[in-house]
Amino acid sequence: MNKTIWFCRVALTIVLAMCLRIIPWSATLELFNPDWVLLTLIYWSLALPERVGIFHAWTIGLLTDVLTGQLFGQHALAYSLVIYACLKLHKRLRQYALMQQVLFIFCALLVSQLLFFFIKNLHHPIQLTTDFWLPVITGTACWPLVYRVLRCVRLSMQTNQPE
Amino acid sequence: MAVIASIALLVTEHRSSKLDTLRLSLSYIVDPLKYAIDLPSALIKQATESFGSYTALVRENANLRNEQLVRQTQLLKLDSLEKENVRLRALLENSFKLGEQVLIAELLSINTSPYDHILVVNKGTNFGVHPQQPVLDANGVVGQVFRALPLTSEIMLITDLNHAIPVQINRNGLLTIAVGSGQLNQLNLPFLPSNADIRPGDLLITSGLGGTFPQGYPVGVVDEFTSQPNKPFANITATPKSLLDRNRELMIVWSHSTPVPLISKPTISEPILNTPAPIVPTNE
Repeated sequence: MNKTIWFCRVALTIVLAMCLRIIPWSATLELFNPDWVLLTLIYWSLALPERVGIFHAWTIGLLTDVLTGQLFGQHALAYSLVIYACLKLHKRLRQYALMQQVLFIFCALLVSQLLFFFIKNLHHPIQLTTDFWLPVITGTACWPLVYRVLRCVRLSMQTNQPE
Repeated sequence: MAVIASIALLVTEHRSSKLDTLRLSLSYIVDPLKYAIDLPSALIKQATESFGSYTALVRENANLRNEQLVRQTQLLKLDSLEKENVRLRALLENSFKLGEQVLIAELLSINTSPYDHILVVNKGTNFGVHPQQPVLDANGVVGQVFRALPLTSEIMLITDLNHAIPVQINRNGLLTIAVGSGQLNQLNLPFLPSNADIRPGDLLITSGLGGTFPQGYPVGVVDEFTSQPNKPFANITATPKSLLDRNRELMIVWSHSTPVPLISKPTISEPILNTPAPIVPTNE
């Protein structure tokens, strides 16, 4: 029972993140739209490292590939690598102040965006513009917000647990 | 493990289309999300329609009726022209493609990736949509079906960097290829020499070569022609005719109908010199 509630909450946040990923903005705002799914996944892997594993990240990455119509395995690869790093470092990362975490998030998002670039470029040559890196910066800026919101979700979950 | 699996997936999808079934089954999970995201804008549209004032509706209705009348008279003429065309083609011993079936698909207002010009529409393989089908709107060619999923399908616009469409200049029949520029309002014609007979304002229509797009639909208008004396090819740009970023209704076309047979089998087939290039390669 307890476990199903937990699972539903996490799944719901990830579904919401996916919605945010494909929600239509104006053309200029679209370029700023960060990778919400990855941010959510990073939070859950840091908060509940014993429950969210690389396999989950990989599956969600696969679903994101289908959702955004990208080459199969692109998001799966990036997400599983980033989540692997998060799981390895979660003890240290949890001790960090928010600013230090932000730095780590910046690196993680940069790595995933670089991977996207490499994979897309292998598939067919693309133009690299500065716009391509904007989601990394906005994603980093959004991290404190994501952190606070998901923390509220997790804490409400824990207070519910004894009942 | 996951890394190896995803690299394997990437390679297999890059090389072949065996993973399409996996994508189809996964899309059943994800596609409802696309509809959910589209819901608010669809509701707003419905609301504005239902609360539209009576006079506005009456005016719109009158306009539409007038327009329909004009179109119908034009169609009458078109019908006779088409018949005449078939007859003339029969004389030239070419078969002629006629009768395309269309399906109206509505755009889902979602954004999948900002760097590719790919739209998502609400008709998929459950309506018989298949990849590489041409997509049109009221003004011209929009693009082609890039990937057909059960409930939705993805449409690549003609302005996508990876898209090229065989075109013909309506004025003189000059054949070339229009390549997407990555900007929504621009097409490039990179394969024409500096002395090509092309001017700003020329209409580009589909040439029907390549087999994906039916012949004769407007694609764009040439807006700039600058010859580069030091390079073999001129720098030509065109503007797409269709409103790529403004319309919600698109038409998916089936052009695989069998060519209309010749009126009667000509008895003698003497070779005619200087016949124009046949449009349909399959002669019946």
